[in-house]
Amino acid sequence: MRKPPFTRPVGRLHLDASSIAECRALAAEIAEPLNELARTHTTKSIERAVLRLIGVDGVSPGADGPIPVPNLVVDAIEQSVGLGRGALVPLLHAVETGCGHIQSEAKAIADGATPVVWPDGVELEIAVTRARAEADLAEQRIRAAAAQRDRLIAEVGEAPKPWFYLIVATGNIHDDIPQAQAAARNGCDIIAVIRSTGQSLLDYVPFGATTEGYAGTYATQENFRLMRSALDEVGAEVGRYIRLTNYASGLCMPEMAALAAMERLDMMLNDCMYGIIFRDINMQRTFIDQHFSRMIHALAGIVINTGEDNYLTTADAVDSAHTVLASHFLNERLGLNAGLKEDQLGLGHAFEINPELPDQVLMEIAHAQLIRECFPNHPLKWMPPTKHMTGNVFQGFLYDGMFNLVGALTGQDIILLGMMTEGIHTPFLSDRDLALENADYVFGAAGGLGSEVAYAPGGFIERRAAEVLEECRQMLTKIADVGMFDAIEAGMFGDTSRARDGGRGLDGVIPRERGYLNSIEDRLGDALGIA
Amino acid sequence: MDIRPYGDAPDDGLVQVSFTLPLAASERARAAALELALKMGLQRPQIVHLKPIGDSFSFFVLYGALEHSVDPETLEVEEQEFPLLAPAEINRVIREQLRRQMVVLGASTGTDAHTVGLDAILSFKGFAGDKGLESYSEMRVVNLGSQVSAQDLAARAIAERADAVLVSQIVTQREAHLRHLSEVREALIATGVRDKVVLVGGGPRLVPAQSIELGYDRIFGRGAKPSEVASFLAWKIASHDRSAA
Repeated sequence: MRKPPFTRPVGRLHLDASSIAECRALAAEIAEPLNELARTHTTKSIERAVLRLIGVDGVSPGADGPIPVPNLVVDAIEQSVGLGRGALVPLLHAVETGCGHIQSEAKAIADGATPVVWPDGVELEIAVTRARAEADLAEQRIRAAAAQRDRLIAEVGEAPKPWFYLIVATGNIHDDIPQAQAAARNGCDIIAVIRSTGQSLLDYVPFGATTEGYAGTYATQENFRLMRSALDEVGAEVGRYIRLTNYASGLCMPEMAALAAMERLDMMLNDCMYGIIFRDINMQRTFIDQHFSRMIHALAGIVINTGEDNYLTTADAVDSAHTVLASHFLNERLGLNAGLKEDQLGLGHAFEINPELPDQVLMEIAHAQLIRECFPNHPLKWMPPTKHMTGNVFQGFLYDGMFNLVGALTGQDIILLGMMTEGIHTPFLSDRDLALENADYVFGAAGGLGSEVAYAPGGFIERRAAEVLEECRQMLTKIADVGMFDAIEAGMFGDTSRARDGGRGLDGVIPRERGYLNSIEDRLGDALGIA
Repeated sequence: MDIRPYGDAPDDGLVQVSFTLPLAASERARAAALELALKMGLQRPQIVHLKPIGDSFSFFVLYGALEHSVDPETLEVEEQEFPLLAPAEINRVIREQLRRQMVVLGASTGTDAHTVGLDAILSFKGFAGDKGLESYSEMRVVNLGSQVSAQDLAARAIAERADAVLVSQIVTQREAHLRHLSEVREALIATGVRDKVVLVGGGPRLVPAQSIELGYDRIFGRGAKPSEVASFLAWKIASHDRSAA
């Protein structure tokens, strides 16, 4: 069925504009120390991302299997001259005094054939000049991918909104491809390839095409390339540009962003806190990594998807509704600080209220409409029920239909289609097709509701939205008082407490020293107009 | 007495089946689906829905009368020794039994560097939509990661006053997984805490039947979910054979 014209209904809830403005001001205050942290620190993954962006790639054999060259080079620099001044200068010094070729010299450092030296005087100037030139090339490469996306959209056609988003997860990229293409042929607009279980905890990016993953397929540059090319092919066939999504999260967040930018992914899951809360990744590491990742996404024209829906899968969806909104204001501020535009902020939220609760759907409408109105220019991502899916696939299909209806009514942009077999197995081909049929029907038949419906003044929906906004304002006030780190330590998000020096990856956080150079960050900052 | 599925009359045997065939929607695909239904034991199969999925798959919904029957009285039924509980229920049991958080220590021991199974069970995110033990408010999870020695694990069990010790083993080269599991048990015995903890092992090449020979309270195999492990832990601390010290 054809989708009716897409609208984002706003101004329906008569929200207190000053309260929304106060939430934004509080978010800016909370974000400032995190910006400062990112300005004064780097991480191993940022340095590896920088090397990848200037062309370092490949693997070298190791005792437990192949090790990516970017890891080996960064480790070699850390162990010799330290990482406090960044990895670019020592690598490019080796390049300038060696054969001139980046990958060959990176490999030589990785294999221990070339020692790492920090240059002085004119040699330092030469390395810095080269670093600036390489940053220009990296910028051009990222811009070229973004321009190609625009060109392809103009050529094959833009998908009408809302965009239907589906997941493939076979563990074998060569099986993922036909499933993704079948989904696109039957109406899907966005494909996400779920990563292999636990990839976010790996401190390296696996290499090459994946044929065996655990409950997902590793995110690798080669897999990105294969799927992007398959989706371009099917996009031309169906007359819609099909978007590709992966995950810039976990210990390699900046590297994922770099690979996504180079291989023209269109969306990336990228949350400022998800890894901290749900993966026990160190909070300093995460806040530093998210900033640089988002700068890359910003220039690459990638839409980020934030992960607030996850809070509701653990905490209660009614009691914790305001934590989702509070996190949206924070993700928005941190995103804007990194150069992302409002239309690149795919803030995520979910239909997770217990269906046995009276007025469940009214409550969902209140939350979804509230978020729509607080973020009128943002491509919101609407996530289907998971927590209350029981294995009764027939009832689950109905929940997914109600989820779609609320999404249509409140003008959500990106619809992650619910699977009636959620929680039973990774989706069958037919599960995805039935989900598309469900969404096609609801959005085709009811997509125009948003521009027709008004809510009773002072009614349940309006009152509930005001209540959540007020709770959010109070929560942000509290966080601004104690600071973000203390707030997370106090378990204010997702009912989970994490320690500032706990979790994985803190050993990869390095204070920037005098002489630190990351010419790509400088270049991105100039291009995006951020300090 | 034999029984068959009940559609809307006793003994009509009517069932509904849906599946996808890797064939373009066509008369040949329809014939293939009917033939498969007959082979499943469905008499008078009827295709009520056929939908193409892309140009090389077809989705079917069929009804038919199952020719098979069973006598439920003759079946041997193996009941799982513990009931599956909802997270809130698990938290409640722990609260009542211990009156404090349950301390759960987890590690991959010996040379095994894989933490995928361990993280799937322990990490908040969990596995296949099933939240990990970290998500249970009444559990304090200490994830020691991989390549932990049996001695270190036993020492930490004492230091953390662990109520449960979870050992993950993925690599099975030369039966290393069995050896590593035994080492942990022996280390716990040597330090005198074996009887104070619930000892659980897990890995894709293990099966629950190995619990006794390995001297573990429970072994979990491939596909075990965090909620099953959590339910077992709650059941175990609530059962009489363990002092809730």
